[in-house]
Amino acid sequence: MTLSRRTFATAALATPIAATALAACGNGGGGGGAEAQSSRGPVTIWLSNNEQELAWGKAAVEAWNKDHADEQVTAQEIPAGQSSEEAITAAITAGTTPDLIFNISTAAAPAWVQQGGLVDLSTFEDGASYIEERTGADVAKGFADADGKYYLLPWKSNPVMVMYNKDLFEKAGLDPEKPGMDTFEGFLAGCRKIVESGAAKSAIWPAPTSEFFQSWFDFYPLYLAQTGGTQLVEDGKATFADEDGLAVANFWAQIYSEGLAPQEASTDDAMAKQATAMQAAGPWAIASYKDSFALGLMPVPTAEAKDPSEITTYADSKNVSMFTTSKNQATAWDFLKFATSEEQDGAFLETSGQMPLRTDLVTTYADYFTDHPEYADFADQASRVVDVPNVPNSIEVWQAFRDQYSSSVIFAKSDVESALQAAAEKIDQLVAE
Amino acid sequence: MSTATTPTPARRPASRSRLPLGGKLGPQPLGLLLAAPYVLFLAAVMAWPLLQAVWISFHDYFFTAPTAVVEHPFVGFENYVTAVTDPQVRQSFVNIAVFLVINVPLTAILSLVLASALNRVVRFASVFRVAFYVPYVTASVSLIGVWMLLFSSDGLVNTILGPLAPDPSWLVNSSLAMPSIALYVTWKQLGFYILLYLAALQNIPKELYESASMDGAGAIARFRHVTVPGVRSVTALVLILAIITGANLFTEPYLLTNGGGPDGASTSPVLLIYQKGIQQTNPDVASAIGVLLVIGIGLLSMLAARAGKED
Repeated sequence: MTLSRRTFATAALATPIAATALAACGNGGGGGGAEAQSSRGPVTIWLSNNEQELAWGKAAVEAWNKDHADEQVTAQEIPAGQSSEEAITAAITAGTTPDLIFNISTAAAPAWVQQGGLVDLSTFEDGASYIEERTGADVAKGFADADGKYYLLPWKSNPVMVMYNKDLFEKAGLDPEKPGMDTFEGFLAGCRKIVESGAAKSAIWPAPTSEFFQSWFDFYPLYLAQTGGTQLVEDGKATFADEDGLAVANFWAQIYSEGLAPQEASTDDAMAKQATAMQAAGPWAIASYKDSFALGLMPVPTAEAKDPSEITTYADSKNVSMFTTSKNQATAWDFLKFATSEEQDGAFLETSGQMPLRTDLVTTYADYFTDHPEYADFADQASRVVDVPNVPNSIEVWQAFRDQYSSSVIFAKSDVESALQAAAEKIDQLVAE
Repeated sequence: MSTATTPTPARRPASRSRLPLGGKLGPQPLGLLLAAPYVLFLAAVMAWPLLQAVWISFHDYFFTAPTAVVEHPFVGFENYVTAVTDPQVRQSFVNIAVFLVINVPLTAILSLVLASALNRVVRFASVFRVAFYVPYVTASVSLIGVWMLLFSSDGLVNTILGPLAPDPSWLVNSSLAMPSIALYVTWKQLGFYILLYLAALQNIPKELYESASMDGAGAIARFRHVTVPGVRSVTALVLILAIITGANLFTEPYLLTNGGGPDGASTSPVLLIYQKGIQQTNPDVASAIGVLLVIGIGLLSMLAARAGKED
């Protein structure tokens, strides 16, 4: 079977068992094929090198292996690379991917589908139903591709909120319990107080750098909150070149133009060094900073005040994918369900403090959140999260957006509205390719 | 002196008679055998990937799993058109030209001047040589961390400059980001080029300096008329190496200016190749940029080699 770039991508996205069929028609190099889906035997999984995730992963594998002598699971760290995405891309190209990887970025997945690297989990009899039941259909569908296929199992999220240093807020004359910074206007006023009072040299310090993913932690959470969850691209078109996108971009442009956030990256941990009073952060931040200062959390601001229970934010999720090199996909699928069961999700929450992407998180693990009230805000927020859109050329789309955003919003080299328009036009072309 | 050349013709027939392939493989066939491992290494690690990159640049290519057989149709110069019509690519070549204009002459001049000075130092000569060489052998990542601290808004350099400090600061200033990188790379690489010049300086006969002194030449005149011509071939090497390493700039814009910032002012072609080829999985366009860069480096290196030739 030979395919061109476009027909290959189309086939991979459109054929029900595209990924496994691709493996079957190939020239060797590692398993796959229709028979692999019902085959059982040993499997290998890769985990990120995060200490807590590794600890959970090894315990989960041990628990599984006790009861599955003929279907042993081996856990390994993702090989070192510039990033785990690059290591995975290289592994797909070389045909050396494991059966499952528990660290898949939503943005990177479309390219790996195009490469013929991922298995469509919807092809398992209970694939789509399991994912939608665990995560909730509305949230889960945000992780499916344009044809509704699940190449990702939404695993965990780190909902982005605004973390702040209560001591610095108090020093700046802000009420640390109710800072009143839920609107753009209120947020700007609070930022001015922080900087003018000398409480910190910057009010908030997003990374002002050019990497494609940086917009996930400045523009995108606020855009999702402002629009109630509209993704950057929907129905094949960029959405942000509108009133809402402009409001968010202008808000950040004002932050930079007034010197409330620096235009250069911090050479240190700005939050720990108290060089900034605020930072966009997920639940991982609690363990990092709780011993350093009194830590407060608030939802990301919007143009007009909204009830916190209506705020949607960026999920910053990591997911699980099965790879077409898997020879024992039936075992891999069973292990995937075991590792994302209520019991294992609870163990993962307990070990890492990260939020499993499942419905009724707060009630399911009520005891945990009673014992750890500092995580309750994140748990509540985790039910209203949206990730990056699952679209072709995803990384290029985000780089195109970041380039225009850097130029106009951070460095004020171009007009914000024109920059958003230019980014939208380029993204429309990229998504249509 | 004349006797040294006479035995050679007599020995050649003898060696040919012992090695039947000697005639076809030149006077020293054993030399080919000894060179073969390195030639094979070069062919496998350098030549083959380069040829593959050229092939990819003329085809519609993307990475796939080995189990998928994918057609890669020939697209002619389409990838090259995509590359040269991309404003980011054009800007990256302008940026690297700015870098080379600052870095290459500065490297050649500073390394020659410092090598000449070191060549005259008698006490602590080894200490000075090591001091200049240390940045070259130190990992760029750790040195970049130090430079970020020095050149950040609140860094030591701006503190010393006070009101004269640039605004925006060095690494986030569109006009100063690339010159800052050029200075950093010059400083980091200097030790290596100083060593090259030191070796060359020690081959200049002392008699030439003595003759020049007797003719009334001062220190500057001796440097200009004895030292500079005496190390001309090494200068050509220094220029070629500085052009090649400079044009392949990646780590510094990736780390020091955080991905080629501000607003692409320090993006280099190799950084773009990385972004487009690896991050965005468009190796075909990335290869086209790579081939254009190789051609550019080749032309510049030829010019440098020509400048270094003896009259």
